[in-house]
Amino acid sequence: MMAQLQEDKLNLAPKKFNMWIFIFTSFMFFAALTSGFIVYTGGKAHAINIILPQAFLYNTIVIALSSITFFIASRAAKSLEIGKQRLFLWITLFLGTLFFVGQIYAWGILIKMGVYFINPNASQSFIYVFTAMHLIHILAGLLLLSNTLYKSYRSIPQAKNLFNMQFSGIFWHFVDIIWIYLYVFLLLNQY
Amino acid sequence: MSTVAVHDHGVVHHEEGHGHHHKETFISKYIFSMDHKMIAKQFLITGITMAFIAMTLSILFRIQLAYPDKSFPLMETLLGRFAPGGRLDPNFYLSLVTIHGTIMVFFVLTAGLSGTFSNLLIPLQVGARDMASPFMNMLSYWFFFLACVIMLSSFFIQKGPASGGWTVYPPLSALPKAMPGSEGGMTLWLISMICFVASSLMGGINYVSTVLNMRTKGMDLWKMPLTVWAFFLTAVLGVLSFPVLVAGVVLLIFDRSMGTSFYLSDIVLNGKVMPFEGGSPILFEHLFWFLGHPEVYIVIMPAMGISSEIMSVNSRKPIFGYHAMVYSLIGITVLSFIVWGHHMFVTGMNPFLGGVFMITTLIIAVPSAVKTFNWLATLWRGNIRFKPAMLFAIGMVSFFISGGLTGIFLGNAALDINLHDTYFVVAHFHLVMGSAAIFGMLAGVYHWFPKMFGRLMDEKLGYLHFWLTFIGAYLVFFPMHFMGLDGVPRRYYAFTEFESMKRWLSVNVFITWAAIMSGMAQVAFLYNFVTSIFWGKKTTQNPWQANTLEWTAPVEHFHGNWHGEIPTVYRWPYDYSKPGAEEDFILQTTPLSETMSSNLPSDFEDNPVGLEAHSKWVTANRPNEEVK
Ligand code: HEM
Ligand SMILES: [Cu+2]
Repeated sequence: MMAQLQEDKLNLAPKKFNMWIFIFTSFMFFAALTSGFIVYTGGKAHAINIILPQAFLYNTIVIALSSITFFIASRAAKSLEIGKQRLFLWITLFLGTLFFVGQIYAWGILIKMGVYFINPNASQSFIYVFTAMHLIHILAGLLLLSNTLYKSYRSIPQAKNLFNMQFSGIFWHFVDIIWIYLYVFLLLNQY
Repeated sequence: MSTVAVHDHGVVHHEEGHGHHHKETFISKYIFSMDHKMIAKQFLITGITMAFIAMTLSILFRIQLAYPDKSFPLMETLLGRFAPGGRLDPNFYLSLVTIHGTIMVFFVLTAGLSGTFSNLLIPLQVGARDMASPFMNMLSYWFFFLACVIMLSSFFIQKGPASGGWTVYPPLSALPKAMPGSEGGMTLWLISMICFVASSLMGGINYVSTVLNMRTKGMDLWKMPLTVWAFFLTAVLGVLSFPVLVAGVVLLIFDRSMGTSFYLSDIVLNGKVMPFEGGSPILFEHLFWFLGHPEVYIVIMPAMGISSEIMSVNSRKPIFGYHAMVYSLIGITVLSFIVWGHHMFVTGMNPFLGGVFMITTLIIAVPSAVKTFNWLATLWRGNIRFKPAMLFAIGMVSFFISGGLTGIFLGNAALDINLHDTYFVVAHFHLVMGSAAIFGMLAGVYHWFPKMFGRLMDEKLGYLHFWLTFIGAYLVFFPMHFMGLDGVPRRYYAFTEFESMKRWLSVNVFITWAAIMSGMAQVAFLYNFVTSIFWGKKTTQNPWQANTLEWTAPVEHFHGNWHGEIPTVYRWPYDYSKPGAEEDFILQTTPLSETMSSNLPSDFEDNPVGLEAHSKWVTANRPNEEVK
């Protein structure tokens, strides 16, 4: 209740709302890229024509786990267990970084398979575009998470702490879901 | 730093205690301001500057079209290598057309129009101290400014600005060697557009969030002025469609600088076969027009909202069909996402798909017509005050009708085979966008000038400006229909080179002189605008006797808009000439209890207590009246 009042005073609700709108924006961006893929493959009957490396699957598991650890962190934040909140934020950050590295590793595998970015079959180039654009979002998410974590070591009011958690949480869960969408999309278009 | 904190939490600051002032430096007040009113002025002045630049460009290429074989030594003096021997270089001609279009569509009619009026009016008309995030709002302006600088800087590089048209279709835009403008100019164009999109997304997110979260007490959605509805839906459109342009541009950048083949295939450049394979330029058109069509409504909807408000105020009548106006705006917003194919009828699209796009396109004429009829009905038997703002609003309606009608011709796939890429299209979009939207913007400037600068603009000069521009715009754009019907294509450098088009030269001369006349009229506007800022007559708080909230705020500007509490809203914004009322306008802040003599049963829709009080009052007062 106090937290709610404090939140209204700091004008936080509209800021959280801004984040939601930004998510719609970002969603449209990925929707456009995947629709572009559909138009491209529809027109020239090109397809990806490879089996995606297993690494993408492992990365998917990693990012899904990071959403869960974030969820635990935010539960801890709500019940004022700051220590637990920090611990799970650290784990989330770690998993996020692992995902980042894992995606780049997956590119390495693709290159070994002879699937290049600069490619007369642009549906294969699209794999790189999807992942790279998503990694930019991951990077932004990691920065937001770090900021939340850093602030939690300062003495800020609980309302502000919860706000930071929600603000970065909305985004982090979103980039997670977007990756699952992209992965499933790619899986469905392997051939 | 302390100012930042205070601004960020403006609400807290102002409600807890005014009297406590923070110092504003020149920089925080005029340059990196976070006050929405100052940001609005920054957008307006930058927008007007860009508009004059783009207008000058258009006069230059109009001179070329009228006198393709004449040499103007002055031109060489001014433009140097872009006009060797006093004649415009053909590549530079294409650059002029491209940059003119880009600046007018994006920088003037998107940022200049939404940026100015959404910023000024959303907080003032919904009753908020500032935007949801004033800091993001400031960034939005500075990204826009940066975009302007980068776009203009392309005139100073060796090969000149981008020249593939404002739609930057590949392959011209994707192959740096394709033409001079495809090199550095195109790169700068892309960088500038990325800054621009960042700016409009930040602005749009703020507008949506402010309208949905920060309305004052009593301001439910159905009490919002049509301006706010229009700005809100425009922002929604922008937030959903600009990311799609970004996606298209990202792929274009990969094709340009990394050698991928998203858009390119089977290219032979200077006799050399290029390695690109399998790409599809049509893909770019899909991504571009998925933004491009909503973009034209991003341009016209604020103009519609502004005109609705101004026409109601100056007809001293409620807007006709307030709900229909809102629903038609919503209809336009939704429909504008499913009509983009009408720009691509002749790309070899499946005729069945073309038919689908044709139907959706023709349906969008319905909400447009609803709005038109409502404007006309608002004027009908109104107590019209022909202020300059009112004239421009009426002009907007006129141009929207004449330009909208030709849209219906173009929307028919079979007719479009003949009309596509001719001057008929140029006529269509210049009437509906180049004229209607600009008139909406000018109407807004005349109407809200006192709110922005605390002074009034000169009316006589306003009338001069209106009539010259109104007549001039018709003289310029109307003849283009006939050229288009005769098959004269757009974006050609010299029509005298073609036997079948030679005879249009005289018309081109006529259009050019009409354009120069309209250009001169804008100088009258500029003079009026600048001198009125400094020496105009001081305004009263509510110079037009309007109902909306912005006129309840003091004339002098300060961060927070209202001293003390934000006013509460009790009624819709269009109570003009209400029968039984003392004056011909009732502010939105006047409670129904103070206007017993003019209340109607319909004013108490969800308010049984009020209705009872009203019927009591009526039974108590009616007999007296009859005695009188
Ligand atoms: C009544 C509703 C409208 C219809 C049915 C309509 C239809 C069309 C069609 C079919 C075209 C494509 C012509 C071609 O390239 O062959 C077109 C072009 C265009 N329209 Fe409209 N239009 C309407 C309203 C508007 C409005 C309100 C605006 C802007 C404020 C606008 C701006 C444009 C522009 C800028 C182009 C040309 C784009 C280019 O190729 O450079 N239109 N319109
Ligand atoms: Cu269109």
